[in-house]
Amino acid sequence: MTVGQQTQRRLANRFYGAVMNFFQETGALAYFAARFFREVIKPPMEFRELLRQCYNVGNRSLMLVVVTGFIIGLVLTLQSRPTLIEFGAVSWMPNMVGISIVREIGPVITALICAGRVASGMGAELGSMRVTEQIDAMEVSGTNPFKFLVVTRILATTLMLPLLVVFGDLVALFGSALVENLKGDVSFQLYFNTVFNALGYGDLIPATVKSFFFGFVIGLVGCYKGYFSKKGTAGVGIAANTAVVTASLLLFMVDFIAVFVSDIFYEL
Amino acid sequence: MNQRTHIPYVKNGTLQKDPEGRKVVIEIRDLRKSFGDNHVLNGFNLRLYEGENLVIMGKSGSGKSVMIKCLVGLMQADSGYIEVLGKEVNTLDRAQLDTLRADIGFLFQGSALYDSMTVRENLEFPMRRHKEKLGAFADTEPMVLEALENVGLAHTLDLMPEELSGGMKRRVALARTLILKPKVILYDEPTSGLDPITAKEIIELMRSIQKKYNTSSLIITHDVDCARVISERMVLLVDGINYAEGTYAELSSDKDPKVEAFFKK
Repeated sequence: MTVGQQTQRRLANRFYGAVMNFFQETGALAYFAARFFREVIKPPMEFRELLRQCYNVGNRSLMLVVVTGFIIGLVLTLQSRPTLIEFGAVSWMPNMVGISIVREIGPVITALICAGRVASGMGAELGSMRVTEQIDAMEVSGTNPFKFLVVTRILATTLMLPLLVVFGDLVALFGSALVENLKGDVSFQLYFNTVFNALGYGDLIPATVKSFFFGFVIGLVGCYKGYFSKKGTAGVGIAANTAVVTASLLLFMVDFIAVFVSDIFYEL
Repeated sequence: MNQRTHIPYVKNGTLQKDPEGRKVVIEIRDLRKSFGDNHVLNGFNLRLYEGENLVIMGKSGSGKSVMIKCLVGLMQADSGYIEVLGKEVNTLDRAQLDTLRADIGFLFQGSALYDSMTVRENLEFPMRRHKEKLGAFADTEPMVLEALENVGLAHTLDLMPEELSGGMKRRVALARTLILKPKVILYDEPTSGLDPITAKEIIELMRSIQKKYNTSSLIITHDVDCARVISERMVLLVDGINYAEGTYAELSSDKDPKVEAFFKK
C-alpha cells in the first residue's frame, strides 16, 4: 500500500469515527431527553431543589443578560441610525429595533449568554459530582440523582429562560430608546408606543415559545455532558467546554426550526 | 484458609446461621464483571457474617470497588448471585433496592460529601427518602447531632464541606453513613489519602461504631495497618477471585508469593 493510500485510509477511518461518534452522541442525548420526560412526571417532585435551581439560573444570570441587552440596544440603534437617515426612514427605527430584538436578537443573545454561563456551570458541577462520587452517594442514600439533579436543572432553565429573555428585551429596547432620545429627540413614551404598536402576537408568541425550547436545550446539554463526565478531573473541563459548544450549536438549529415553523403559521 | 464449601444460608427468604452460629448478611457467589476485554471479577465468592469486620485487600484495579458497587446496585454484574440481608440484589426493583439501601451504609473513598450543602444538610439528605424507617414525624435534629457526636464533630453542623480538613470530611462522611443506623457498612478505602495519625483515628472510630451499633463491616483497603487493626477475617482479591482467605495472622505468615506480596514492607 502506498503512502498516499495509507493517508486516504487513515482519513477515511477518522471520518467514519467522527460520523459514528456524532450519531452515538445524538442517540445518547435523545435517550437522555426521553428519560427526562419519563422522570419529570414521576413523584417525588423536588420543589425545593427546583426553586434553588431557578434562583441559580435566573437571578444569577440576570445582571449579565441586562448589561448585554442594554449594550446591544445601544449599539444596534447607533449602527442603524446613519443608514436609516440616509434613506429618510429614521422614524422606522423603533419598529425595526423592536421587531428585530423581540423576534430574534433578544432570545438568541440571551440563550447564548445562558449557554455560556449556565450550561458550562451545569456541566462542570455535575461532572465534578460524578468524579467525586457524589452522584453515587446520592443513589446509595435512596435518592434518584437523575430526578434530583437533572430534572430540576432542566426544568429551571426551561422556565427561567423566557423570563430572562423578557428582561433582556426590555433593557435592550430601553438602550435603543435612550439613543433615540439623546440623538433624535424622541421621547421614551413615543418610542415605546411605536414599538408596542409595531409588535403583534405573531412576533411575541413564537419568540416566547422558542425561548422555552432554548432553555430546555441549555439545561439538557449542560446536564448530559456533566452527568456522563469521564476521565477524572480533566473530564470536568471537557464536560464544561463541550456543553457550551454543543448547546450553542443546538440553539442555532432550534432557532432555525422555530423560525421555519413559525413562518409556516404566519403565512396561514 | 481456602474458600469454604457453599452452605445454603438462605432458606425461604430467611437467613440461616453458619456453623459458628452467626447469620450471613452478605453472600456473593460466582460474581463476574468485565469491561471490554478486561475481566475484573472472575467468579468472586464472599460471605460476611453478622457483627463481623471483614477486610478485602487487593491491588489497585483488582476489582474491589467494582465488587462493592455491585453489592449496592451501583453497578450491574455480568453474572453471579448477590444477596444482602436476605434479599437478592439483582432481582430488586428501584423501590425495593432503595429500601434495602437504608440498611446499608457506604463510606466512599473520597468522602463524597455534597459540596453545595452544609454538614447538617449532608446528614439530613439520606433521611429524606427513608421516612418509613425513621417515622414520618421524626425529629431529624437529634439524629444529626448524635451522628456528629459519634465522630466528635458536633461543632461543624453549619460548616460547608470546603471548610473541613480531609480527616474531618471523612468523619462527617462516616456520620452520614451512620445516620440511618445501617446493619451493614461498606467502607471503600476508608484511610486512603489521610496521614497516618488521622488514618488511625478513623480506624478507631470504625471500631467504636462497630461495637456501639453491632454493625457488620466490609472494608476494602490496601492499607495493611488498617487491615491488621480492624480485621477479624481477610480476603485477598487476586486475578478477580478470592485468592486467599483467613485471619491477618494466618495470611501475613503465608509463604505463597502472591499473598506475601501484600504484606512485604
